[in-house]
Amino acid sequence: MEEPQITEELIAAHGLKPDEYAEILRLLNREPTFTELGIFSAMWNEHCSYKSSKKWLRTLPTEGPQVICGPGENAGIVDIGDGQAVVFKMESHNHPSYIEPYQGAATGVGGILRDVFTMGARPIAAMNSLSFGETSHPKTRQLVNGVVEGIGGYGNCFGVPTVGGEVRFHPAYNGNCLVNAFAAGLINTDSIFYCAASGVGMPVVYLGAKTGRDGVGGATMASAEFDDTIEEKRPTVQVGDPFTEKRLMEATLELMASGAVISIQDMGAAGLTCSAVEMGDKGHLGIRLDLENVPQRETHMTAYEMMLSESQERMLMVLKPEKEAEARAIFDKWDLDFAIVGETIAEDRFLIMHNGDCKADLPLSKLSSSAPEYDRPWVETPAAAPLADVPAIDAIEGLRALIGSPNYGAKQWVYEQYDTQVMADTIRTPGLGAGVVRVHGTDKAVAFTSDVTPRYVKANPFEGGKQAVAEAYRNLTAVGAKPLATTDNLNFGNPEKPEIMGQFVGAIKGIGAAVAALDMPIVSGNVSLYNETDGKGILPTPTIGAVGLLASQDDLIAGVAQDGQIALLVGDTAGHLGQSALLAEMFGREDGDAPHVDLDVERRNGDFIRANAALIGACTDLGDGGLALAAFEMAEAGNVGVTLDADDTPTLFGEDQARYLLACNFDQAEALIAAAGQAGVPVTTVGKFGGDAIRYGASEAPLAQLRDTYRGAFAAAIA
Amino acid sequence: MRAAVIQFPGSNCDRDMVVALNAVAGNEKTQLVWHKETSLPEGLDLVAIPGGFSFGDYLRCGAIAARSPIARALVQFAERGGYVLGVCNGFQVLTETGLLPGALMRNANLKYICKPVPLVVQTTDSDFTRAYEAGQTVTVPIAHHDGNYNADAGTLARLNGDDRVAFRYGDNPNGSAEDIAGVLSANRRVLGMMPHPERASEPAHGGTDGAALFKSLAGAMALA
Repeated sequence: MEEPQITEELIAAHGLKPDEYAEILRLLNREPTFTELGIFSAMWNEHCSYKSSKKWLRTLPTEGPQVICGPGENAGIVDIGDGQAVVFKMESHNHPSYIEPYQGAATGVGGILRDVFTMGARPIAAMNSLSFGETSHPKTRQLVNGVVEGIGGYGNCFGVPTVGGEVRFHPAYNGNCLVNAFAAGLINTDSIFYCAASGVGMPVVYLGAKTGRDGVGGATMASAEFDDTIEEKRPTVQVGDPFTEKRLMEATLELMASGAVISIQDMGAAGLTCSAVEMGDKGHLGIRLDLENVPQRETHMTAYEMMLSESQERMLMVLKPEKEAEARAIFDKWDLDFAIVGETIAEDRFLIMHNGDCKADLPLSKLSSSAPEYDRPWVETPAAAPLADVPAIDAIEGLRALIGSPNYGAKQWVYEQYDTQVMADTIRTPGLGAGVVRVHGTDKAVAFTSDVTPRYVKANPFEGGKQAVAEAYRNLTAVGAKPLATTDNLNFGNPEKPEIMGQFVGAIKGIGAAVAALDMPIVSGNVSLYNETDGKGILPTPTIGAVGLLASQDDLIAGVAQDGQIALLVGDTAGHLGQSALLAEMFGREDGDAPHVDLDVERRNGDFIRANAALIGACTDLGDGGLALAAFEMAEAGNVGVTLDADDTPTLFGEDQARYLLACNFDQAEALIAAAGQAGVPVTTVGKFGGDAIRYGASEAPLAQLRDTYRGAFAAAIA
Repeated sequence: MRAAVIQFPGSNCDRDMVVALNAVAGNEKTQLVWHKETSLPEGLDLVAIPGGFSFGDYLRCGAIAARSPIARALVQFAERGGYVLGVCNGFQVLTETGLLPGALMRNANLKYICKPVPLVVQTTDSDFTRAYEAGQTVTVPIAHHDGNYNADAGTLARLNGDDRVAFRYGDNPNGSAEDIAGVLSANRRVLGMMPHPERASEPAHGGTDGAALFKSLAGAMALA
């Protein structure tokens, strides 16, 4: 088949800028073929090359004694002792989910699961962080329904428990929702698989599902802004098959155990191209592919289509040749394709043959190492204007404004559509705070959380970045887990705008400062830029996924507040109302500065909670909605009333950081106050759990009535 | 008790079932049997069909599994009086094989539902339920998209008349006819149920109301 001529329009349609194309000409000393142009566009787009973000990502702390593998592989790995480790990563699937919510979200889950089991880990937990437009926007309801069903449809069938996540609504996401999927797996430290190929003349094997035309050009799409031609982009969204993925995982893990695997890489964005280049580049080898041997779902597929297809549930592996029969038998057992499609070669070439014709012949190492890198101009986000006056409110009315909103109402409508217990190791299910999963067959457990407060990041990217990490730290601490490490999923607008780039730079600096101070290095991550529609950017949303370890399940804080228990507040309250949930939900205001995070205090207070876990009946961290929302959520979970002495708005609804609310018996409270005195941690008695009403100062309402509001708000808004 | 768990390519509660049978029912080593096998190991007392998505559930749930090579051996095993427990997808497989009557349709709200639900024990006259008390309400999680049990009026009347409804939902989550959550075969040795007793069998699960089912089985086998 004749390939099209390379024209300026064709180059632009591949998302390559004129100077980038000039660099291609310089590298090749000739005009690229159509297939080669496609390969460059796949490797050099923002999604695969991180060309706008690399410079800043390098500044993030990524090391520590607990880190086995930091960023650069399919996922990060942290040590949990006894020869075991947790493999995890978070990744966005924003653009596909906006175009086709069910499949976009489903394949987002599929992609992140593949990243985890490609390294040899069995996935043990999933989470997701979702941001949608306002509930009154005509697309929101369809997006929420589709995305949630897609996540459930994929994860439930695959068989991984979804143990946590977050859902938010804000007009800034009206034209560009965010779907960030997290997965974690368990691995033995002596059987980790990396993607670097080794050995010349080793067979390159294609595993899994067949290749179709779905997703051709997907990574390029994910690197462009949306406009009103969006509906035309539907064919670039892939279709997921969780049943095949489940089999692919089982077969891959069996294959790894058989000793047949030299290196392995999943086919994600830009499928065959990215996976082959990664394996060759990391192993300092070339790769030859014979495309006629690629298992194909459709007829007459061209080299261009095969190299750019994003068909799901596929892997590429470099095989020990003597193990071929054994490896093939494993894939036959699971009824999956197994085909030798090429080999490793000594020269630095990426050689693509199709029925004897050479379709591409490129210097392999240049495809990633020569990818463009930009130092984009950026401007510091100006300091937020001071907070205007906040009118006096009735405390319970303020609470109602929060719990009656889908942002802070209970999320059971969402998480009851996810299998939260498959594998029978979930010991803390979603609803409030971090999810916890036992390490199968041991006394250890691992906790997971996902956090960010985009309003804060917009007002003050540096403090907002810090706060996202600090909140993750608190959520892990509140269940008794020691925070270990972090994955970041950085969702921003168009980086070619200096003010957006300024948000990005500020947030990275904040995240870097916080992960350093709290000793939870970044081990993996993903950047999603160009989240804009018709020139309007999303709220800057650097989602933080974090993992913590419970050395023993006895350390777990999982109780609920009980009648007669004392409410203790850990940490200082100054009453910071800027950018608070109360302002947003009650007054539709987003003004003032974000709360500032004192990282030393965070660490001190977190250490105090973990050291005294045995004295704590129930624990939650304070975030959005401050003391008022935390006390209500704790009371609601324990099905008991609560009385707080305070009735002033700043004390009840301020969002000062580094705080926790505890429920404990009198004796435990005395012991905690004594321990706090010694540790220099401020702990104050703020009220008492009991009865069947929520009372804040002189204002009160029956728990049952508020619970109906809280439990019904989400469904009322979107169902 | 000698037990085996059938493993379809999309089973995902197979390990959970093995753990429950070993730990709670005090079983010897429970074996996994691959769906492509044409026979079951000799001398089994119980065959369990676990939850999951046996063949992806793209067709009717359990329909392909019921026609897989192992299914013929399973039916023969049940016909010879062997004990069979089908949970969730396993229940769907059992109705598709015809070992249990009725069918499991899409949940009435058309959504997947995962949550703990109250179950009322309807009969203790079975080796699966003897350790419960009749009329007792227990809490066991469900996790399914297609758990809406239905059968024609004559079948329902027969199930009621023969005391073959093992569990009913206390608060019907999925639209099942007569709140039915689990049914027994005519010889009372095949039980299919949508709720997951293996997910409520140790304190760490947050509840142990499913453990009595495995203890009932262990007790029956010890007597046999």
